[in-house]
Amino acid sequence: MLRNRLGKWLLSWPPLVYLTLFFLIPTTIMFVAAFRNPGDYGGLAPMYNIEDGKLVWDLTLDNFSRLVEEPLYFELFLKSIGYAGLTTLLCVLLAYPLAWLIATTHKKWRDLLLLMVILPFWSNFLIRIYAWMIILGPQSAFTKAVNWVVTGLGFEPIQLLFTPIAVMIGMVYVHLPFMVLPLYANLEKHDMALLDAAQDLGASAWQRFWKITWPLSLPGVFAGSALVFIPALGMFAIPDILGGTDSILIGNLIKQQILDTRDWPFGSVLSIVLTGGVLLIAGLGALVARKGAKRG
Amino acid sequence: MALLEINNVVKRFGDFTAVNNVSLSVEAGEFFTLLGPSGCGKTTLLRMLAGFEQPDSGAILLDGKDVSQVPPEKRPVHTVFQSYALFPHMTVRQNIAFPLKMAGWDAKKIETQVDELLEDVRLTQFGQRFPHELSGGQRQRVAIARALVDRPRVLLLDEPLSALDAKLREQMQIELINLQKEVGITFVYVTHDQGEALALSHRIAVMSHGQVEQLDIPERIYSHPKNRFVADFIGQCNVLEGTVKAVDGATMTVDLKGCGTVKCQSVPNAKPGQAGWLALRPEKIKLDKELGRHDDEAHFKGRVHDCLYLGDVTIYMVEVAEGVIIEAMLPNNIPGVAKFFDDNDVVEVAWRFDAGSFLTE
Repeated sequence: MLRNRLGKWLLSWPPLVYLTLFFLIPTTIMFVAAFRNPGDYGGLAPMYNIEDGKLVWDLTLDNFSRLVEEPLYFELFLKSIGYAGLTTLLCVLLAYPLAWLIATTHKKWRDLLLLMVILPFWSNFLIRIYAWMIILGPQSAFTKAVNWVVTGLGFEPIQLLFTPIAVMIGMVYVHLPFMVLPLYANLEKHDMALLDAAQDLGASAWQRFWKITWPLSLPGVFAGSALVFIPALGMFAIPDILGGTDSILIGNLIKQQILDTRDWPFGSVLSIVLTGGVLLIAGLGALVARKGAKRG
Repeated sequence: MALLEINNVVKRFGDFTAVNNVSLSVEAGEFFTLLGPSGCGKTTLLRMLAGFEQPDSGAILLDGKDVSQVPPEKRPVHTVFQSYALFPHMTVRQNIAFPLKMAGWDAKKIETQVDELLEDVRLTQFGQRFPHELSGGQRQRVAIARALVDRPRVLLLDEPLSALDAKLREQMQIELINLQKEVGITFVYVTHDQGEALALSHRIAVMSHGQVEQLDIPERIYSHPKNRFVADFIGQCNVLEGTVKAVDGATMTVDLKGCGTVKCQSVPNAKPGQAGWLALRPEKIKLDKELGRHDDEAHFKGRVHDCLYLGDVTIYMVEVAEGVIIEAMLPNNIPGVAKFFDDNDVVEVAWRFDAGSFLTE
């Protein structure tokens, strides 16, 4: 019993140290920075001064009031949630049939199909996004094909690169595997006899999906949605590369505040609000998923 | 007209013929069993009745109409699956209400009907439970209630008791018989367990290699197997090789290989010189230190070769001639005596001329 507990302690040390160093301490620094004043040349002003031998704290709530007072920031948060939400929705719609196909295909094809889902991870994320720049560029075969259809329908030709459409394509492309894998893991465990039983008891194909497969796959949908929504919410690289001036998201603003404007306190405030929001959403998701798992 | 008619049905999977030209009919209200070893085609036949497989040729008539191309969801036939296939995310009530919802019943009627079925299977207090909160026997009853709730024309049961332990299985057998009587719905039951088939069925079709070997009431299947396969598959059986010597009306004499001649009931078309086997059930054989001789009995001396003590009965292997061993079974019905004979005891065995049947195939 004692040895067992000791073993657990020893085993939990490395992750504990890792999380403390790379999550807890940086988050704390960021949290404190949100209450500090910006330095004269960017970065942070000292947290306290010694005036007449007395310690004077230099902390402020100005950074928070700046966030609340300017509706632009609030709109940007909403827009980011919208982009992340749409990305998640599109990922569910695209990943579900794919995951179902992989889960129900013959075993010998399954590994190959899964490999093809994972394959993009083998090359660098930024390189893949730059590749999309070429694919979505005005001279690409893809853009030409799209415009052939668009003009065929009687519309003016459209631009893809540097538009919200390009950002959405990039976001969905990057996050799709994170939806496919948990969905596959869930669907693969489904007992196919349940579908036979439902059919036998009078359910049409549509009813079999909505009454049996969909509710039983919800834990997988929630897990995948968390894995897509959370990183999508903080994404800045894709809007940077594929988006135009109007496709800036909250991630871009944070990057801009920290790196370009060097207003660390305000960047910290934005980060904290974003992290808090993500935690809230993840917590709610976990709650719903647990409820679903209990039933399953 | 029979409720369910299967006419010359053939089903192949690649080069494998799972069901080979099967024809049979099931009457309304009947408890009909398809019995056979695994791979004999019984489950494929059942899946064709449910609609999950389509016959390559032949017809399946339900109430006189060919349903062989009708999809499962459109057939007035339900299946109780071997794994029960209860929906894990629905309560017992929701599970049982499922077929009614699919059929578009109104909510009030569904409630009363589900209540009635819950009562039929004695699960009234369990309506709000989820399947994983039930025992195996309770799950079984939910599966049956769900399949019976909209009164199908035929209920198909695919080895429904195989996942239960022996005690519970016996209890469920009695419940199944009573339930079938009560609801009056035709049951088509698939099993590989011959005891279960004998206990439950009105009629049994014994299948092997995609064909029906014998179709009859349980008593006839047991006491008059039509061929060696049925004799071997149903219960224990002595199968002794022999040749017909003479036919004399209702009886004939057979020369049993290594033992000598015995009298037995004649079979149609038997001619002197015909080879075959005498099938004898172990419990029909008399066994004692000494037996009186009777004209209508076959009589042999032998030596106990082995005994199998099974508690309620003991099986004695008696060697009556070099290499010829006859199995006899005696009930242990005398208090305080566990075995009547020991290995190597010299005994006498005898059986009446009508105790066995002569098989020509």
